[in-house]
Amino acid sequence: MFAFIISRLLQALPVMLTVALLSFAMFAYVGDPVAIMLGQDYTIAQRDQLIADLGLNQPFFVQFAKFVVNAAQGEFGLSYRLSRPVAQLIVERAPATLELALCAAILALAIGVPMGVYTGLYRNSWLSRFFLTFSLIGVSLPTFLIGILLILTFSVWLGWLPSFGRGDTVNLGWWSTGLLTWSGIKALILPSITLGLFQLTLIMRLVRAEMMEVLRTDYIKFARARGLTNRAVHFGHALKNTLVPVITITGLQLGAIIAFAIVTETVFQWPGMGLLFIQSVSVADIPVMSAYLLLIALMFVTINLIVDLLYYAVDPRLRIGRGKGAH
Amino acid sequence: MSATAPARPNAIRRALDSDLWYSFTRSPITVASAIVALICVGGAVLAPWIAPHNPFDLASLQLMDAFKPPAWEMDGDPNYLLGTDDQGRDVLSAIMYGARVSLLVGFCAVLLSVSIGITAGLAAGYMGGTVDAVLMRIADIKLTFPTILIALLIDGVVRAALPREVHDQIALYVVIFAIGISNWPSFARTVRGSTLVERNKEYVQAARVIGVSRARIMVSHVLPNVLGPVLVIATLNLGFAVLAEATLSFLGVGVPPTQPSLGTLIRIGNDFLFSGEWWITIFPGIALILLVLSVNLLGDWLRDALNPKLR
Repeated sequence: MFAFIISRLLQALPVMLTVALLSFAMFAYVGDPVAIMLGQDYTIAQRDQLIADLGLNQPFFVQFAKFVVNAAQGEFGLSYRLSRPVAQLIVERAPATLELALCAAILALAIGVPMGVYTGLYRNSWLSRFFLTFSLIGVSLPTFLIGILLILTFSVWLGWLPSFGRGDTVNLGWWSTGLLTWSGIKALILPSITLGLFQLTLIMRLVRAEMMEVLRTDYIKFARARGLTNRAVHFGHALKNTLVPVITITGLQLGAIIAFAIVTETVFQWPGMGLLFIQSVSVADIPVMSAYLLLIALMFVTINLIVDLLYYAVDPRLRIGRGKGAH
Repeated sequence: MSATAPARPNAIRRALDSDLWYSFTRSPITVASAIVALICVGGAVLAPWIAPHNPFDLASLQLMDAFKPPAWEMDGDPNYLLGTDDQGRDVLSAIMYGARVSLLVGFCAVLLSVSIGITAGLAAGYMGGTVDAVLMRIADIKLTFPTILIALLIDGVVRAALPREVHDQIALYVVIFAIGISNWPSFARTVRGSTLVERNKEYVQAARVIGVSRARIMVSHVLPNVLGPVLVIATLNLGFAVLAEATLSFLGVGVPPTQPSLGTLIRIGNDFLFSGEWWITIFPGIALILLVLSVNLLGDWLRDALNPKLR
């Protein structure tokens, strides 16, 4: 187990270094930080002094090493747009995005899995057909359009839910949460549906396909022959064996949720990291962009690692395989 | 439907007799989506000739006509079937011109992904070894990052590297490049898989024995045999590329506002949602959904029809 985690971490290292190299290259070659920091009037001597102070006259790999060391400590310099430390900006915005992503993921799982099980078990009922049609529309509707349609219906026409912002938030230390106030929860509903709908349909289709596959296998027939209740067969035997691909896809989709949070946050003016990123892209605020890129890469690597570990918990075959030292 | 008159040219008769045509006519949803897709594509391609107004002809724009609701509403003007936007542009015409941009970007992006994907996939599958390992490793890393994110980053970097005027001129190509480059791994993987199967077949060995060069075997012997799945993925990818473009344009980093795509139109209309002018957003949105849904349904059908296991 321990060796497995170490080997996965070693595999993740080159990926992180590649991404770091990319973000460093953005820093180094796109735009001119010296010109931005000096402003309009400066002498050649001042310019040279600043270049020396910033270490920009050092060899590429020395600069890169410095960048990596700084990045590992969460030090990304100042945002060009807001003139504030990037790390501080991101820490302020992170709770909003994480709460949104978490709610969307829970929504997708809590509704998607039962829907998938149902459509897999009762393939020809009219409710299953309805779910399937619904999922096809869910796959074809772009995220931002879902958001707009929800706003139009529930905010503009019915006036039930707010269309932008987080509502009132409560600060728990550095973490600001919208989950503790009524207006915060109301503000969370529409963005979560918007963000979770695509994952919901994906999970539903996946669970359905896997259930249909598993229900055909011999051990299900055997379980039935043993006289187990339908409930035990469906949930104890069938659903449990569909979980490995569901965990993989859900885990990988967590990344997609965080990426698509950019779109949802734009539609709902949700003050999260995605909105920060998109505002930075439109004015070419490189420090924020490269910090966000590294952060996303770190999340992906972590998620992949967690997914691998969950395999262990769910699929005993893997435990035996690794135990014998097989890779 | 198999009325095979002998006078028909050979190619058409063969097409009408084919399994593909048979399964096409047997599925009403597929026929319906083909018709919808044809209307969308036709309206887009023929926009300069059949659109009721030219939304980019500044001389014909009347600010008096701004914010007209659709023709069937109270204050509607029969001249503007789907209403007008804030500058008095006809929404229907704007949609037709917008779909043109959306489809252009979509097609070019898919073409780019297909070319990169086929090249990488053939090379990886046929040559194997280090080439294979390196290419597939890159594809793996690429697949873990969502397309939108990569496209956004590419756009952001280009935006930072170039002055604004230059960027606006090449924005269309940047979007095509960004979407195309982030989609190639799915093609590369499919082509690689099929190539691995094809490479050991007798016709390839025969070609090798008579001394055909490696590049030639890959291009003119293996390639035609691995194209089937590529066609399916390309169709499904077209819908995806159109969506990606719309999303980028909606975020304001896609095509320049001077050439609005469907996504740009939705973005523009979004500002007027709260003042009651819903048609400026909703109609381009519906057009986008119809286009993507019909293309996706066609892609689904094509996948099932070309997959002999499901027959």
